Amino acid sequence: MGGALSHDADVMEVTAEAKRIMVVALGKLYSSRTQRGGLRLHRSLLLTMVMKSARDMYHAAQETEWAAAEEQQPPTEEPTGAQIELQEGKPLTSPGNEVENSPTMLRRDADNKENMSPPRPTQHSRKRRGKAAVEPDFLPCKKAKLEQKNVPQQLILSTVLLCEYMNCSSEVGAPPAPMPVQRAIAAC
Amino acid sequence: MGEDTDATPTLNHRGFLPDHNYVTEADIISTVEFNHTGELLATGDKGGRVVIFQREPESKTEPFSQGEYNVYSTFQSHEPEFDYLKSLEIEEKINKIRWLPQQNAAHFLLSTNDKTIKLWKVSERDKRPEGYNLKDEEGRIKDLSTVTSLQVPVLMPMDLMVEVSPRRVFANAHTYHVNSISVNSDYQTYMSADDLRINLWHLDITDRSFNIVDIKPANMEDLTEVITAAEFHPHHCNLFVYSSSKGTLRLCDMREAALCDKHSKLFEEPEDPSARSFFSEIISSVSDVKFSHSGRYLLTRDYLTAKVWDLNMESKPLETYQVHDYLRSKLCSLYENDCIFDKFECAWNGSDSVIMTGAYNNFFRMFDRNTKRDVTLEASRESSKPRAVLKPRRVCAAGGKRRKDDISVDSLDFTKKILHTAWHPNENIIAIAATNNLYIFQDKLNSEMH
Repeated sequence: MGGALSHDADVMEVTAEAKRIMVVALGKLYSSRTQRGGLRLHRSLLLTMVMKSARDMYHAAQETEWAAAEEQQPPTEEPTGAQIELQEGKPLTSPGNEVENSPTMLRRDADNKENMSPPRPTQHSRKRRGKAAVEPDFLPCKKAKLEQKNVPQQLILSTVLLCEYMNCSSEVGAPPAPMPVQRAIAAC
Repeated sequence: MGEDTDATPTLNHRGFLPDHNYVTEADIISTVEFNHTGELLATGDKGGRVVIFQREPESKTEPFSQGEYNVYSTFQSHEPEFDYLKSLEIEEKINKIRWLPQQNAAHFLLSTNDKTIKLWKVSERDKRPEGYNLKDEEGRIKDLSTVTSLQVPVLMPMDLMVEVSPRRVFANAHTYHVNSISVNSDYQTYMSADDLRINLWHLDITDRSFNIVDIKPANMEDLTEVITAAEFHPHHCNLFVYSSSKGTLRLCDMREAALCDKHSKLFEEPEDPSARSFFSEIISSVSDVKFSHSGRYLLTRDYLTAKVWDLNMESKPLETYQVHDYLRSKLCSLYENDCIFDKFECAWNGSDSVIMTGAYNNFFRMFDRNTKRDVTLEASRESSKPRAVLKPRRVCAAGGKRRKDDISVDSLDFTKKILHTAWHPNENIIAIAATNNLYIFQDKLNSEMH
């Protein structure tokens, strides 16, 4: 269907741009650690905010994509807990309406998502984590996720992100241990 | 980088090798400030040096050399330091210079790097005592048998010597990087602001400062904004303003409480939802805030605009000026090449009728608040022959109608940025810092403010 295809193209564009912005932000954050004069709090904060909004946009775009894919297929299995989670969120418009409104729609979903759905494994959790086992939240989590068929996509994305930012920081020597987003600015 | 020679810098030549495009990083000017009379102009650079220029008095014999600025003094204000506890190098770059109002023959200025503020005394010596009894002219002790009579040493004129000495060092009060200093109108206190805190100092006391603003959250993970600039009100010694990375301004009254975390007024413009993008937060961050000379208005600069606020109206700015809106569609590339993080300063003219700020390609902009006219000028060697009139420039959108001498957005040189500008307090004289060069432009026809 034409509507679904162009919707997919838009979503792909947004996700590609969001991903690029995230990767660039990570590269800049890491290279700023070796900058003369120490970590600049203002710059790190702005980079972290850009990264978060890009990531929120990316996840929201992914959700609409999965929801759109969902709608096109009859459900073949019992809805998992995570699927119910998705449906509890703000109702998503059908693919036909997505095309013009996708940026604002995605943003609205992103904003509302935090309020409505419980924290997801790959999302930024507001809960303060213990100092010990802090896992970067863009790496795949071991908890139950959405439908099986979407899991490989997430894994691929996370691995790509990991590889790309590692490459970014390779000029500055041995890449430091990955840090979760919210820790990036707490380090100073 | 970092190593210095003792070459005396001149007005147009500060480490810039004419035959090459190489610029010594230490020579990059990082702050420019006129003193209260406009007689002196101080610049600070990345290498921690301060250069002071003095305006030559107007002379009737040479009418064209009146009012030119020449080097008065050069000194090393800050040196690179190392914080052993945090394993951090502290840059010697001078972030801000502020002059104290002159109260005697000497001049005083405050200069700061990321961590330490220093008070410098600049004084002239043009006489020296001669005719000592026990020493000869070269200072050697005289043979007492040759001394037959007593004389009283007399002060004799000598070549002018400018002496600079550090009078106070205000250190160890800032965990984060100092971005602003501002002298209070009481001429006894001043404040220094870093990313999260503002401290109040007495000019005579270095071992103590009072923290008057602290926006550090209990948990750093909850940090959402930082302080970007701060300034005291020009007349009311109890009022000051500070700007944030979220685009807000807070006016605080020190009479209300010892810790001014609660603002008296909050100036914030609601965000335009249709203009939202990935970079909205970055471009709304205020990079500079300046009170008008009257104290009635505030001038702020964010990445794309300059805004004038009325102290009596918190809901939105009085005036918004587009500095280089043609960059709005290029934010992603400006983000990738780091230009989006550039911090431009802004300035008022003496009568608060014109505002000025810098841009890229060595362009700077002036906006007349009354006539609503604006002009784009360029600070470059080619366009700045002595006595030449600056030609207005125009930037046109890529592919748009192009007049002769227009420059297209895609041809702009983003490495040539004018971040620091200053306006003489009374006259139409402006100082523009273009990387490592300082340009001083005078409006001879309209010397008086109107």
